[in-house]
Amino acid sequence: MTRKAKAIGLISGGLDSTLALALVKGQGIEVKAVTFYTGFCITETQRRKGGRADGSVPRNEALRAAADLEADVELVDISGPAYLEMLLHPRFGYGANANPCVDCRIFMMRKAKEIMEREGADFVFTGEVLGQRPKSQRRDTLRIIERESGLDGRLLRPLSAKLLKPTLPEAEGLVDRERLLDLSGRGRTPQIALAKEIGLADYPQPAGGCCFLTDESFSKKFFDLLSAREAAGEGRHISHEEVILLTVGRHFRLSPRAKLIVGRGEVENALLEHHAGGRARLEAVGVTGPVALVEGAPTPEERRLAAAIVARYGKAKDRPLAQVEWREGDRAETIEIEPARDEARIEGMRI
Amino acid sequence: MRPATLPEPALTIDTSGRLCPFPIVETARVMKGLADGAVLLVVATDPGIALDMPMWCKATRNDHLATFEEGGRWRSYVRKRPR
Repeated sequence: MTRKAKAIGLISGGLDSTLALALVKGQGIEVKAVTFYTGFCITETQRRKGGRADGSVPRNEALRAAADLEADVELVDISGPAYLEMLLHPRFGYGANANPCVDCRIFMMRKAKEIMEREGADFVFTGEVLGQRPKSQRRDTLRIIERESGLDGRLLRPLSAKLLKPTLPEAEGLVDRERLLDLSGRGRTPQIALAKEIGLADYPQPAGGCCFLTDESFSKKFFDLLSAREAAGEGRHISHEEVILLTVGRHFRLSPRAKLIVGRGEVENALLEHHAGGRARLEAVGVTGPVALVEGAPTPEERRLAAAIVARYGKAKDRPLAQVEWREGDRAETIEIEPARDEARIEGMRI
Repeated sequence: MRPATLPEPALTIDTSGRLCPFPIVETARVMKGLADGAVLLVVATDPGIALDMPMWCKATRNDHLATFEEGGRWRSYVRKRPR
């Protein structure tokens, strides 16, 4: 070693990034851990809904990892318009769902490069493992991410380093390559063994993403929104508030112009209430039932259809007729309607 | 539960309505401007602050004094440790 190095470590709090942090810190390198907030965080959404089903509050795993390893940590918000723009137009396409993992990694690495330069650090490292993910962690895409981010030679993957070309900090003697690893593939056995060896016991089990974009159900709603906009002749866009609403309630596509969101339980009803501004708010009158929102510009027929579905999910569902209040701002009207009974049709509209 | 004694905060920030990670992002931002030894009070509605704040303090080597719920809001006291 020629001098004490400094590194920026990107951590999610999963086992791999925690191990990468431990490996680099273990070489006596000063580390600033960084965790990015994209706006698609499952932990945040669980907290918005009042915690998990068992009542517990999910913890921020990146903070847990930094605390366990006593690494200075910075939480960086990248959820702004530039991130949404990347999400809508990913140069390298989507993964199995709405996850533009390669573009997202490039986006994060560019931000990490800025932090590296600001902090006077020598390199950036991640917990990526060669071949672990079908798209974003292939050898060629790891190289693309490095090149496109401008981190050429300054992006270290400690868990797979011995299988990759030596980086500049290794060549400069700032990092001891011999103490890095040669892991590859989807298995976790070596990581679990290493965690045990260095005394890490408290990491997320099982391994899993913390990002809604990899969630199939969320993804369907995301692409439905974009397709509907396209069909209605609108541009490809999405707002942060719309992202939040994609994580709440049952969604029904009434037409390219209109969508219905029906709350499932008190917490979701309250969330929909909170986001009712600029949307129509529906609720059955005189009986217990969900709060619902309609986005877009429904036709009179679609308004009645939405009201019938809302009535179907409330206590009036077995009545011949129900009354549903349709409110837009200060204007309200009551729609008398037979609750929807054609389950196949309702399911057909479900996103 | 509120501890029997707590220091007077040099600064109070209210992060009510914001969720993980913003109470911590805001804490980190204002801590940079505080003098060594100063106490920051962070008010929050995200119950996750009871988990997040002790972990953030341990990672960043600041002193977590207390986090407790009072009147429907969480209060977290942190002392900036000298660098």
